[in-house]
Amino acid sequence: MGRYIIRRLLIAIPTLLIISFVVYGILALAPGDPLSQFANNPNVPPEVRERIRESLGLNQPWHIRYVKWLLALLKGDFGYSFMSHLPVINLLIERLPNTLAVVGVAYILGIALAVPIGMISAVKRYSIFDHLATTFAFIGFSVPTFFTGLLLIILFSINLHWFPFIYDSTLKVKDFGSFIDQMKQSIMPIIVLALFDTATLARYIRAEMLEHLPLDYVRTARGKGIAERLVVIRHVLRNSLIPVVTLVALGVPAVFAGAIVTEQIFRVPGIGELLIRSISDSDTPVVAAIVFLFAILVVLFNLVADVLYAVLDPRIRYA
Amino acid sequence: MCELVEKRYMRRGLALAVTASIALAACTQTPATTGSPSPGASASVAPGTFTRGQGGELKILYWQAPTILNTHQATGTKDYDAARLIQEPLASWGVDGKPVANGLAKEIPTVDNKGVSADFTTVTWNLASGLKWSDGTAVTADDVVFTSKYMADTDTADPNSDYMTGVKSVVATNPTTVTVTFDAPTANPYQFGTGGGNEIMQKAQFEKCLGAKASECPENLKPVGTGPYKLTEFKSGDVVTYEINTNYRDAKKPYFKTVQLKGGGDALSAARAVFQTGDVDYGWNLQVEAPVLKALITGSTKGDYLGKASSNVERVNINFANPDPALGDQRSEPTTKHPFFNGPDGLIVRSALAMASDRATIGDQLYGNGLTGTSTCNQLLGSDGWTSKNTATMSVCKFDPAAANKLLDDNGWVKGSDGVRAKGGIKLKILFATTVNALRQKEQDILKKNWEAVGFSVELRSLPGGVFFSNAADGANRFYYDVSMFTNGSTPDITGYMAGWTTKQIAQKSNNWNQNNYHRYSNPAYDAIVEQMRTTTDQAKLNLLGIQANDILIKDVVVIPLVNRFQVASGKSKALQGTNLNPWDSEMWNIADWYKTP
Repeated sequence: MGRYIIRRLLIAIPTLLIISFVVYGILALAPGDPLSQFANNPNVPPEVRERIRESLGLNQPWHIRYVKWLLALLKGDFGYSFMSHLPVINLLIERLPNTLAVVGVAYILGIALAVPIGMISAVKRYSIFDHLATTFAFIGFSVPTFFTGLLLIILFSINLHWFPFIYDSTLKVKDFGSFIDQMKQSIMPIIVLALFDTATLARYIRAEMLEHLPLDYVRTARGKGIAERLVVIRHVLRNSLIPVVTLVALGVPAVFAGAIVTEQIFRVPGIGELLIRSISDSDTPVVAAIVFLFAILVVLFNLVADVLYAVLDPRIRYA
Repeated sequence: MCELVEKRYMRRGLALAVTASIALAACTQTPATTGSPSPGASASVAPGTFTRGQGGELKILYWQAPTILNTHQATGTKDYDAARLIQEPLASWGVDGKPVANGLAKEIPTVDNKGVSADFTTVTWNLASGLKWSDGTAVTADDVVFTSKYMADTDTADPNSDYMTGVKSVVATNPTTVTVTFDAPTANPYQFGTGGGNEIMQKAQFEKCLGAKASECPENLKPVGTGPYKLTEFKSGDVVTYEINTNYRDAKKPYFKTVQLKGGGDALSAARAVFQTGDVDYGWNLQVEAPVLKALITGSTKGDYLGKASSNVERVNINFANPDPALGDQRSEPTTKHPFFNGPDGLIVRSALAMASDRATIGDQLYGNGLTGTSTCNQLLGSDGWTSKNTATMSVCKFDPAAANKLLDDNGWVKGSDGVRAKGGIKLKILFATTVNALRQKEQDILKKNWEAVGFSVELRSLPGGVFFSNAADGANRFYYDVSMFTNGSTPDITGYMAGWTTKQIAQKSNNWNQNNYHRYSNPAYDAIVEQMRTTTDQAKLNLLGIQANDILIKDVVVIPLVNRFQVASGKSKALQGTNLNPWDSEMWNIADWYKTP
């Protein structure tokens, strides 16, 4: 197992190198110029613009810029944002807590809801609950977040005046009152995202459970006179969750990448909002950093998923 | 995105205007004292009877988030406005386009008070007495001089550096007096020091930020200022929080204890926050589609809409040069002639195009007829004094497709089987470009239908703002299409704005397309009027000349003005008082006077 992990980590290095090359190449070749903001501004004459370009290192061909960027990256330096003139890493650190507070909580909530819903749907197949859950699940993953987001805003903010729809990142949770405020301002984006997560996971768990319920070991357990509740929870659910755990692990990187649409709608200053704004501003260092960190997380959690699978399912052995 | 680009674009007009008027001025007349722009009457609206810190938190919402707080490294309106609570210029531009002494200057220098020299080459600014930075140190003339150095330094690359063009020197004659000397007599003595972009920086703080590394200087994110508020916390691209600057010169102001300026999101939900939920006290630039905005405003118990007419004109621009790609690098150069807009029949075809353009429908349907804009047939707007009343009766200002058809018929432009008119093998095929923007694409659709109805063939193109407003290959400056559409407007210096259609300012390869006359329009009569404007300091005469210049542009169909777009389209809560929005300066120019009624 240890050797397997080491081998996988070693394979990850060239994978990440290739990813970084492709990411940087796409960004370098994409239309848009971070200096376009100066292009029609005669206050910044062409020679000054050229000097700024030089100081940003943009006058060199992109493969040379790539090597420089990669070398700096190995030292942990993500460079400076073109727009904020701040180190990119500072921007990311500032925004990560907001993303985790919304997207992360939504993910956990999604899992927590999906397990019982999926389980009950499977055990009470074709019951009213199952039909309701199925309908809910289809709504959850077929209605886009920008729609559910707006729907919630119009319902709960504009008509009922219950929750604010402008996320206040300066709010610090100190006491119960401010905790309630934090809940109020994050509940809507959390619901929007959790709805989607719950829907997909619940369907998955239901399908896994249904696959396991008619199997021989379940019949054996029942035959031993174990109570039906224990059969379902101890035997069927545990085995059904094995693929689900890996699925959950694979979803973790997306939590760190933020939710582009939902963060934008509710003005949550998270990683996703930063990413989309940086793309439209051609703020290449920020975009490159986010995409590359995402790539690292994907590679890492792929490994985690594979290892977990082996740990949970003794039938799997990695040589 | 688009709004940001446009505002920069407008700034460019001012910058070039100032450059041109100073470089070319030949001020031979002795200017009459009445000729200098006189300062506005009062510094602010009635401030109520509040005391400092009486109010709680002021919540401001911008749907573009500020990313930097030093206006001398700013990249958009959001940054200029967010910084204006902290940083102040010597004076502001008032609502009437005249300078107002609500900044660091004790009063506005004029010829009368000997602040402006009789030959209009030097301006003496006196700082108000006892001024302090928010850190408690004294504001001196050295800070003003330092700011001018920072702005002029090429390595520092201050986006506002053009306010220094034509300025020979900025000298501290004593600790509270600054003398600005111009290379030549100037029509705009307030060029340096007045309005957004001229905020004064603290020398002690920014001294080390001069030069090529200026943009990465961490001080840009926490400037010390003289304004009514000082910085508490700044999260770049998200939110700025401010508290009272206890060293602010007016002991009664400001009213609010703290201010929060939140950025991000979109214009529509920002409008909802102002008009429907009342979550914020002030929402910036709520330019959503007119019918939607109207529905939000009508019957709102929470907020008021603050639309303000400005000098901004959304217009169709005609290319007088030939954009044919076959011409290679001669494409759209002024040496070429557009096949039908600039031939012997040029005026006829241009007039027909203008007569076929339905500006009233655009103004009504897309701008709510006075909500976010009103239709217009003038290029020079912003003040009644210089707005032409002659254009209303011109035939090119009347929507009359039948007359347009007749004009083309009479002159031998015959419709082919495809409905497109042609004469001598030349077809009236137009490539029509503008920026990507939902409103603009709707305007394009209306105009395309209008123009096709009279026998033009119209191909539409839309480009991202960053590409269109650039001098790169697809940019508006190079004008590799037949007609284009965008907005800009005059500054209080109308001479500089109108100079943008003179022969000298033709954008072409040799000047890297960095001039304002994108049309490649050349008319000696027009040039002569602008020359006359340069030597006129009497405002009434200047206005008349401005109107003459405007009328030529309209009658000669160089531009087809469509809509007077509002520069300011913000909203405020019913309780918020004292806002006095202003198309000539930052919306935050008088934030010290804002207060709330209970």
